[in-house]
Amino acid sequence: MKILIDEGKCVGAGACVLAAADVFDQRDEDGIVVLLDAVPPHELLPQVKDAAARCPALAIEVVE
Amino acid sequence: MTKAQPAKSRTTTSRTTTSQTAKARPTGTQPTVRSCPFDPPEEYRTLREQEPVAPMTFPDGAAGWLVTRYDDVRTVLSDPRFSAKRGVLRPGGPEGDDAPAPPPGLFIMMDAPEHTRFRRLLTGQFTVRRMRQLTPVVEKIVAEQLDAMAAAEGPVDLVQAFALPVPSLVICELLGVPYADREEFQRNSATIVRLNSGPEEFRQAQQAMRGYLHQLVLAKRENPTDDILGELVRSGELTDEELTGVGVLLLIAGHETTANMIALSTMCLLQNPGQLAALRADPSLMDGAVEELLRYLTIVQFGVRRTALEDVELHGRQIKEGSTVVASLASGNRDAAHLADHPERLDVERPHSPHLAFGHGIHQCLGQQLARAEMKAALSALLDRFPTLRLALPVEEVPMRDDMLVYGVHELPVTW
Repeated sequence: MKILIDEGKCVGAGACVLAAADVFDQRDEDGIVVLLDAVPPHELLPQVKDAAARCPALAIEVVE
Repeated sequence: MTKAQPAKSRTTTSRTTTSQTAKARPTGTQPTVRSCPFDPPEEYRTLREQEPVAPMTFPDGAAGWLVTRYDDVRTVLSDPRFSAKRGVLRPGGPEGDDAPAPPPGLFIMMDAPEHTRFRRLLTGQFTVRRMRQLTPVVEKIVAEQLDAMAAAEGPVDLVQAFALPVPSLVICELLGVPYADREEFQRNSATIVRLNSGPEEFRQAQQAMRGYLHQLVLAKRENPTDDILGELVRSGELTDEELTGVGVLLLIAGHETTANMIALSTMCLLQNPGQLAALRADPSLMDGAVEELLRYLTIVQFGVRRTALEDVELHGRQIKEGSTVVASLASGNRDAAHLADHPERLDVERPHSPHLAFGHGIHQCLGQQLARAEMKAALSALLDRFPTLRLALPVEEVPMRDDMLVYGVHELPVTW
């Protein structure tokens, strides 16, 4: 699994952090998504997919 | 589950109500008649099944569309071919080209990249981490309100005693707005979101709200403060007019929405004793319960408005450039095509599925993490503190906010 994020699209809703806190965080100054782990272990796939589905700005792409 | 009976004492409004079938539905209206205070109008189910992109004509004669399915709501709200610019604040105003330009700073009525500039200035203040850090402040405010409530002789109105003061105190603290001034700005805020306030009354309330925030912005220029408005002033990124608009928006948004979610959620749980018991037995269910209540109750009553920037085809319907599309969040959240397991049922143990209560797309609620923190703290402490909490009047007599942009209860008398 590989995760691609588009910072330009991110609106800082924080939905990804709620879904997968081990993989996503937000920058303190502007709330933009921070990828903690670009190639997370496979068992986190459901959470990462949930994060991508929740993202209102479609800023997260998951490549399996 | 126990469902409430239709409210007999429901306040009537000057709006026309709709007939029961999609085919016979007069143009110019959205469904408003609820058979249960916690369910969206039944007509939405028919629309989802038979006419997911339904034609409607707005009161000013402009042609438009009502979109009711989960997937379509998400499409309309995330597709840049739909603009937020002309979305009016409330039904009944002019649509399309006749809609007035939004006041400066009202970023819910902007598209990218203009919207992005405002959103980026604010998102850092509403991150998941910031809201977690704020939780002790919220919990302290909640505890103080509950202390005061417990000291009073029941019954009390939960809205005035608890559900409104909690988010009000929190947003005032965050923004740097004196809570002592609340009487005036809460009155103006209510006038702005009330559907049947006259045009002049509406204009005056808007003007009063802007005037108040403008004075506050000027005061913060003179004497810098350490709060969201103060920091925005210090950033030098926005004009006084823009700062005023941002302040008005955040102050209104911080009041009406969460207050109604807290009060309506409480009423809903009291009417669903099995769900309430599950939640009391296992407080770790609260995070999921908050999501489920947001989905189930979805208080944004009339949906979110967008304007097509070009001709768009949706479900075989040709949406012409310039027409208004209303995306119903409440209807989308009850869509069985999205949520197969009885979407009409409240289930605090339901596995997470993304809901539309905070909208979707680039405008998705900026304060959603704050709302979650407030709902969680408020409902947890309320249930814990008052194990015998109950309605102090028959459920049919609770005055529901059918007449407001933000649904909920006008009052919720409770005792314990």
